[in-house]
Amino acid sequence: MAKRKESARVLSQESLAPGIYSMWIETDMAEEAGPGQFLSLYSKDGSRLLPRPISICEISKGRIRLVYRIAGKGTEEFSAYKAGDSIPVLGPLGNGFPLEAAENRRAFLIGGGIGVPPMLELAKKLPGEKKLIMGYRDSHIFLKEEFEQAGPLYVATEDGSFGTAGNVLDAIREHGLSADVLYACGPAPMLRALKDYASERGIEAWISLEERMACGVGACLACICRSKEVDSHSQVHNKRICKDGPVFRAEEVEL
Amino acid sequence: MNLSVDLAGVTLKNPVMTASGTFGSGQEYSEFVDLSRLGAVVTKGVANVPWPGNPVPRIAETYGGMINAIGLQNPGIDVFIKRDIPFLRQYDTRIIVNVCGKTTEDYVEVVERLADEPVDMLEINISCPNVKEGGIAFGQDTKAAEAITRAVKEKAAQPVIMKLSPNVTDIGEMAKAVEAGGADVISLINTITGMKIDIHKRTFAVANKTGGLSGPAVKPVAVRMVYQAAQAVKVPVIGMGGILCAEDALEFILAGASAVSVGTANFHNPYASVEVADGICAYMERYGIEDIRELIGAVR
Repeated sequence: MAKRKESARVLSQESLAPGIYSMWIETDMAEEAGPGQFLSLYSKDGSRLLPRPISICEISKGRIRLVYRIAGKGTEEFSAYKAGDSIPVLGPLGNGFPLEAAENRRAFLIGGGIGVPPMLELAKKLPGEKKLIMGYRDSHIFLKEEFEQAGPLYVATEDGSFGTAGNVLDAIREHGLSADVLYACGPAPMLRALKDYASERGIEAWISLEERMACGVGACLACICRSKEVDSHSQVHNKRICKDGPVFRAEEVEL
Repeated sequence: MNLSVDLAGVTLKNPVMTASGTFGSGQEYSEFVDLSRLGAVVTKGVANVPWPGNPVPRIAETYGGMINAIGLQNPGIDVFIKRDIPFLRQYDTRIIVNVCGKTTEDYVEVVERLADEPVDMLEINISCPNVKEGGIAFGQDTKAAEAITRAVKEKAAQPVIMKLSPNVTDIGEMAKAVEAGGADVISLINTITGMKIDIHKRTFAVANKTGGLSGPAVKPVAVRMVYQAAQAVKVPVIGMGGILCAEDALEFILAGASAVSVGTANFHNPYASVEVADGICAYMERYGIEDIRELIGAVR
């Protein structure tokens, strides 16, 4: 599985919610990529040098779907791309969610905010009993139909406009859900709460982290997170999110 | 056509190397480029003991460049010798180890540990703007720079490159100071101290508040400083600062650089280093240049 930079072709672009876009691109990275991995997209404006890491939302034959939030001028540029445009892409990057951790076990797949999209490909790939718990800010709920096809979906909204009022843990409590393993991606406070929740109940937890990145391949040491033990590569309490992650066992990292 | 250059008796197959800190020890980028196609790999700075580096966020993009404050995170010389040198030895390229430290003793300890190792040159980082002690403390004062050069040279088994900071009043004076201390080669520029404010969060964009600016935004400053340094000293100069492509590299060479380093460009294009080498070759063919040495310092 070779990482590479190539020019991919945009197949479609649509807005799913305010500031949230979905873009399908044509790339044979689809044959190698897995859930939880990410691609780095490059701006065509020479004033913006660094790639933007975007999680993989869906993979199908020869195509990858990226669902992303406009966070600045780079992602704004991507959102203006239309079918037929080209986009420079580096990937597939990082270590994804381990599917084998859910073998013969009941799984929670938990996404929060822009951490929701990577859970979709995982939901499609993960065999066995799974519950999908997605947290949103308000009634702009994206990817709902896709998740419903992959398994039972429980939605929480911060403003209470849909599903459980509150966060993903509130949804778990309201519906009396339980699991043996959980996979999650979302904002740091959510991951922190899930790490505690999992550790109190002896649930194996796999979480996907994010940090500002430069190289995306483990060379520059920009996107580190704190590790519980001394890391064998860094020799200090640092792990590289882009290369050693972005998915980690929750107890491996300090949040 | 000859692309090889000589740096203090060390022959590089071509003048293109990687800039310290942007390329790790080559392993990650070896998935994209054949390291044997490079004149040299310059490793990320290594100290006598592991350093944890700075808190995140460590980087921020800026117009035509980026600010970084990694803080010289490194695994320490023991693991570096065991793991990184054997990795690089698999390739037909020169190995240049960048050395960092907080005190003169730290630098000397690393240099001594490397004396019996199969590395070709040492690059001494006296110019990192992102650590409080060491680094820049030696790089902004001519007497301190000369003294640390002398201390390192006394113990070094390999030729010594002194890497200079652009954050000085007179780069020519700094170049002369390290030459007087016995530097075999000079490299420049390290990053330019900068700052970015996040106006939405109303905070500094990198946790260290200040960081080092790199990328094409700094290139004209770097070319000017390489020219001035090359005019000031007799030892060879390695030029870097914002090189994205062969045309950029050629500016440095024409300004007086015997070799060039590709740094931030690796993040923009993981194939950049080899593409720069290929592009220099194409330029020489186009203008019928037989020997790269005809170009070094050709613009006076």
